[in-house]
Amino acid sequence: MSHDLPTPAPRITPENQEFWAATAQHKLLLMRCDNCGNPIWYPRTFCPDCGTFDTSWSEASGRGTVYAFTIVHRSMIDGYRQAVPYVLAYVELEEGPRIMTNIVGCEPDAVRVGMPVRVVFHDTGEDNALYRFEPAGSQ
Amino acid sequence: MSIRGKAFIAGAYEHPRREIPDRTNSQIHAEVAAGALADAGLSFSDVDAYFCDGSTGFGPMSMAEYMGLKCRHVDSTETGGSSYVFHVGHAAEAIAAGKCQVALITLAGRPRSAAMGGRPGGADPTGDMVFEGLWGMAGAVTGYALAASRHMYEFGTTSEQLAEVKVAASLHAQHNPNAFLQKPTTVEEVLDSPMISWPLRRDDCCVVTDGGGALVVVSPEVARDLERTTVKILGHGEHVKHADNGRIDLTYTGAVVSGPIAFEEAGVTQADIDYVSIYDSFTITVVETLEDLGFCEKGAGGRFVLDGTLVAPHGRLPFNTDGGGLCNNHPSNRGGMTKVIEAVRQLRGETHPEVQVPDCEIALAHGTGGSIGTRMGSSTVILGREDA
Ligand SMILES: [Zn+2]
Repeated sequence: MSHDLPTPAPRITPENQEFWAATAQHKLLLMRCDNCGNPIWYPRTFCPDCGTFDTSWSEASGRGTVYAFTIVHRSMIDGYRQAVPYVLAYVELEEGPRIMTNIVGCEPDAVRVGMPVRVVFHDTGEDNALYRFEPAGSQ
Repeated sequence: MSIRGKAFIAGAYEHPRREIPDRTNSQIHAEVAAGALADAGLSFSDVDAYFCDGSTGFGPMSMAEYMGLKCRHVDSTETGGSSYVFHVGHAAEAIAAGKCQVALITLAGRPRSAAMGGRPGGADPTGDMVFEGLWGMAGAVTGYALAASRHMYEFGTTSEQLAEVKVAASLHAQHNPNAFLQKPTTVEEVLDSPMISWPLRRDDCCVVTDGGGALVVVSPEVARDLERTTVKILGHGEHVKHADNGRIDLTYTGAVVSGPIAFEEAGVTQADIDYVSIYDSFTITVVETLEDLGFCEKGAGGRFVLDGTLVAPHGRLPFNTDGGGLCNNHPSNRGGMTKVIEAVRQLRGETHPEVQVPDCEIALAHGTGGSIGTRMGSSTVILGREDA
């Protein structure tokens, strides 16, 4: 099972500090452009769709579907090396953006493209948490 | 050709602050870009070429993604503090050559605010590095495996079809005494090799080799005076394809932009191409790239490579006759150099007789840097025989 994944802490910058702080409350934030209204992923204080700097945070629903995935059998990354096989994936959020993450909470072989998933949070021990996704049907 | 009078500086902007602890380098790049574009009376959507040094993330791939640029020309010549002067010269060359019309050059760094070891961007991570660095992306193969999974889902591409790419490369490599892997393989053997990152197996991956390569490009005047057979550069196109603000589409590569530009400049079509060097970091790279270059329909790449299509000398589209990165060589984990070198050998008629394409007149070489699972720099060159 892939629930033994490591929880490396993200690198905090002035631009992503608020996003990661919210994960401590198990909230997945999305940056939105105030000008064109599009969601912005990865979060940044600039809208790559319309070239403006006016952005604000909103909370994502945490629901999505698997856009693509791979089952990693060999990994040289400490922590992940011991966790193979695990699933690296892009999840397409209900709000649109396709975001890189892991699928947990099921056997890797059970993951399918198009499968509905919902967000779970794994605390890093450094006042933030990693957003991962599990099958939306499981509890 | 001279650049004299062929290009003009229309916008310039210096960041007003001298200590910026509350910004990332990426933000500063975007702020100075906005300033210079406003000064010129232009907007981000007008930019078709981008220049920066190599110090922020993955250079132009990271920054084009951050700013949402749609580039058909990029340059990250890194010469320290003089880089931006080089960039002005190179931008003028590119504009004079018709490669682009609006070139954006940016610099950003925070040596006063961040500990950084002297380089302009230093340790400040870009957003792509932060948000993709947490999930066990175990080297390049996992990113390409993501793309393979989506390609299989949308188009029914199979592992057997991917294996055909490796088989074709191995049939060529048996004639290359320097190839890292010289033994012909079979689809069954490829499918029996260990799974690395499903759906990609060990034999879907290129080799890891030391080595290198070099090229010399000269003017027509110099070429005329040389006894050695030269190869004519007919056309070139390039593109940075990135995650496009969360709209990443793993089923195509930057070749969808670089290819048509190169074909148009060369004045040839797919039907004119006698030989192709296709970047083959992984088997899926070849399948997607062949589709994107227009050698078959989008999604049909898996079926296209069946029945010896890629096998020299008599396949419909002989490819990577040195054995490619999959079997011969992938020096420094960078396969672009050897792609051009083998195309030159074909056009000079100097490959092994078993794989020499008869009367090879026009060749194409395509490179894919970065990852088709995230962001990539794609470049296509079309080359012809000296008399082409
Ligand atoms: Zn916008």
